[in-house]
Amino acid sequence: MIFVIGMKQMSVDKACYHCGDACSGNTVLFAEKEFCCNGCKTVYEIFTTNDLSYYYDIEKAAGKTPEENLDKFDYLENAAIVSKLLEFDEEGVQVVHLNIPHIHCSSCIWVLENLKRLHQDVKSSQVDFPKKKVRITYSSKNLSLKELVVLLARIGYEPHISLEDYSKKNNAVNRGLIYKLGVAGFAFGNVMLFSFPEYFEVEEFWLEQYKHVFRWLMFAFSLPVVFYAARDYFIMAYKVLRSRLLNIDVPIALGILTLFLRSTVDILFDLGSGFFDSLTGLVFFLLVGRFFQQKTYGFLSFERDFKSYFPIAVTKLNGDKEEDSIQVYEVKAGDRLLIRNQEILPVDSVLISGSAQIDYSFVTGESQVVFKSSGDKLFAGGKQKGGVLEVEALKSVSQSYLTQLWSNAAFSKNKVSQFQTITDRIGKRFTIAVLTIAFLAAAFWLVVDASKAMNVFTAVLIIACPCAIALAAPFTLGNILRIFGKHQFYLKDTNTIERLAQVEMALFDKTGTLTSATENTIFYEGMELTEQEVSLLKNTLRASNHPLSRSLYGILKSQEIETLDAFEEETGKGVQGRVDEHSIKAGSANFIGQKVDSRSLDTSVHVSADDNYKGRFVFKNKYRDGVSKLFEQMAGGYTLAVISGDNEGEKNTLEELVPFGTPLLFNQKPEDKLYFVKELQSKNKVLMVGDGLNDAGALAQSDVGIAISENINVFSPACDAILDASKLTQLGNFLKLSKQSIKVIKISFLLSLCYNVIGLYFAVTGQLKPVIAAILMPLSSISIVVFTTLASNYLGRKLRSQKER
Amino acid sequence: MSVIYVLLAISICVALVFFVAFVLSVKKGQYDDAYTPSVRMLFEDELVETTSEKNNQSKSQTK
Repeated sequence: MIFVIGMKQMSVDKACYHCGDACSGNTVLFAEKEFCCNGCKTVYEIFTTNDLSYYYDIEKAAGKTPEENLDKFDYLENAAIVSKLLEFDEEGVQVVHLNIPHIHCSSCIWVLENLKRLHQDVKSSQVDFPKKKVRITYSSKNLSLKELVVLLARIGYEPHISLEDYSKKNNAVNRGLIYKLGVAGFAFGNVMLFSFPEYFEVEEFWLEQYKHVFRWLMFAFSLPVVFYAARDYFIMAYKVLRSRLLNIDVPIALGILTLFLRSTVDILFDLGSGFFDSLTGLVFFLLVGRFFQQKTYGFLSFERDFKSYFPIAVTKLNGDKEEDSIQVYEVKAGDRLLIRNQEILPVDSVLISGSAQIDYSFVTGESQVVFKSSGDKLFAGGKQKGGVLEVEALKSVSQSYLTQLWSNAAFSKNKVSQFQTITDRIGKRFTIAVLTIAFLAAAFWLVVDASKAMNVFTAVLIIACPCAIALAAPFTLGNILRIFGKHQFYLKDTNTIERLAQVEMALFDKTGTLTSATENTIFYEGMELTEQEVSLLKNTLRASNHPLSRSLYGILKSQEIETLDAFEEETGKGVQGRVDEHSIKAGSANFIGQKVDSRSLDTSVHVSADDNYKGRFVFKNKYRDGVSKLFEQMAGGYTLAVISGDNEGEKNTLEELVPFGTPLLFNQKPEDKLYFVKELQSKNKVLMVGDGLNDAGALAQSDVGIAISENINVFSPACDAILDASKLTQLGNFLKLSKQSIKVIKISFLLSLCYNVIGLYFAVTGQLKPVIAAILMPLSSISIVVFTTLASNYLGRKLRSQKER
Repeated sequence: MSVIYVLLAISICVALVFFVAFVLSVKKGQYDDAYTPSVRMLFEDELVETTSEKNNQSKSQTK
């Protein structure tokens, strides 16, 4: 992730045929094609020898460099763990659902569905592209789950297996809404056809004969609609009434009930044809609205906690150095654990032996590795990059520094149920108004013509049923949600847009949010290096795969390629190379033999030539482009603040970027962030923008939590929205659009009130015929849908043109 | 005119057949993933093509 530096220089080089990355330094030539590394070449070889080279024809360079370390799947030999992961396991056939984050194009689908050509024991494999999952059926006699996973990892499709898969077993998909929509649509279509004859030929002889058949058929079709499709509205209305509140569901449920009872009474006593078509149409439109609102991003998860990051099992060292794979929940304080390259520390622990290079990017967003030596404390969530470590657990998983954050109440509260939507707010007043009108009109007719009183009362409830109002928000917000999605701003639900529109204060995390996790600025301090030394250094670095070496290699300007007489790399410490009489060393301060300056907390690479200390290259996070512009734009409408877990080292740089007087908080622990947000919430609606697990508390506590992600396929903490890092500068426009969408909803409320006034005229004067209801109801609904869709698309287009400007 | 009963019965039966077909397709999960099948459909007969391609490639390699 770190070697983006120097991309411009690298783009001159050829791109790897397999993965498309720039080939730097060690280009591997094979079959007249260039590969960036041996891993990519091997995958190409596997594909071509197994008749799978079509992979490269569908999409160019769709692959991924395979992971070299495959030992980490050793825990899949543990039968207890395997049986929990399997979906089906009987008579030698096993079925497993694996989550593969790399799935991103049609080549991926093709190669994964042809997995059986790579291994004969794979019976079938089916990809679910939107969810980035593959379901594999295989014969377990000759192929174990571990072998299968290793096979996938070897071709670059490494499955992500986490504690989450392990503890959660509810795979049942909720298809209730589709069934209900189907039932309502089916009934609506049929009832409409049956009701037509009576609208046109009222006095005709044959119609008089058969109209009862038609009426009872309509009654029969409306039964499943009322009792099945519309069930949720009754349940919700009942719940709301029981808590002594009013929302939009109350008048809807009342309208449906009145429609059904009035129509039944009408046909029972031959008073009219009833309103069955309006009834089924109403329910159908309402469900369409709900369906439209329910846009989900299958491949994203907004509910992730540390469980999705942590491994299922770790290697425990028993007394006699015997290795044993145990589940992470079984880790107790005092256990000796073995952490291999690329493994994540599941618990807070003390380093016993090995050279630790911990990447805390999951936790802080800072992707630069931290070096630790034995006796140092390591925190859960860090990823080892380098050799094998032996550590002693200090705590159990749930008690670790990071994970105990999840016991805070902020994670159990439900933001949606606490929030009153704009529709519910209007629904309250609406219900009161409708009931008042209904009773007044009924009272009036009781005096004038008592026989009409009941007719008028029910007519008011029917015609005032707020179908159009209930559709305004789902269609506007559902559409805005899709527009946001096209701009790589993924929201959990439409409710988030309404909350976003109310935000008054925005908090930003620094590392990984305002700064880029993939780009660095590197500067050199110390004695100037001679041309020869630079050349030697570059050639020495060329052979090293360490991320810092790769970054540094990219910026050094030297073209000569020399053959080194000697080269040595000490993993995690540094490299040294020699040509003729000259030698160069680059690496950690200890490696060079320089005393560590304890005040300096920066990541740096020290250099010495011929054993004389020269200086150091300092790596600093680069602020994302347009950050200061974003702050400038937002400062007008919002109170801003930056809250960071880092030390104050960057204070001066940051002060130049943000508008004068913006509060900057440093050294904030995860809980501090959470409580800071909580404190602010007593006065303001707070938006939190963060990225790492250390922001998870603040994201959960805030009114809207937005997680910034460099690559939306990798995991981000639980939040309300995920924003692609490249679109951070658009945030101000997104907020503006969410406010505008609320305006659109308000205008459509006015529009639908106009329809209600027209309808109420007919209802109050006792002239409401089924045919009027049958025209008015769909007309109002459809015109609202058309208006909101056009309006939100228009606003969405403005967003696009702003981007281009 | 009692033929209308027959016609009604037939029309409702036809409608019900489609409704049941819809319910069954939902139950089988056809609506769960609306994207992948559209891509998969285009791959049905790629096996032949790939073998010939592989031959071409191995030829070019031996050249």
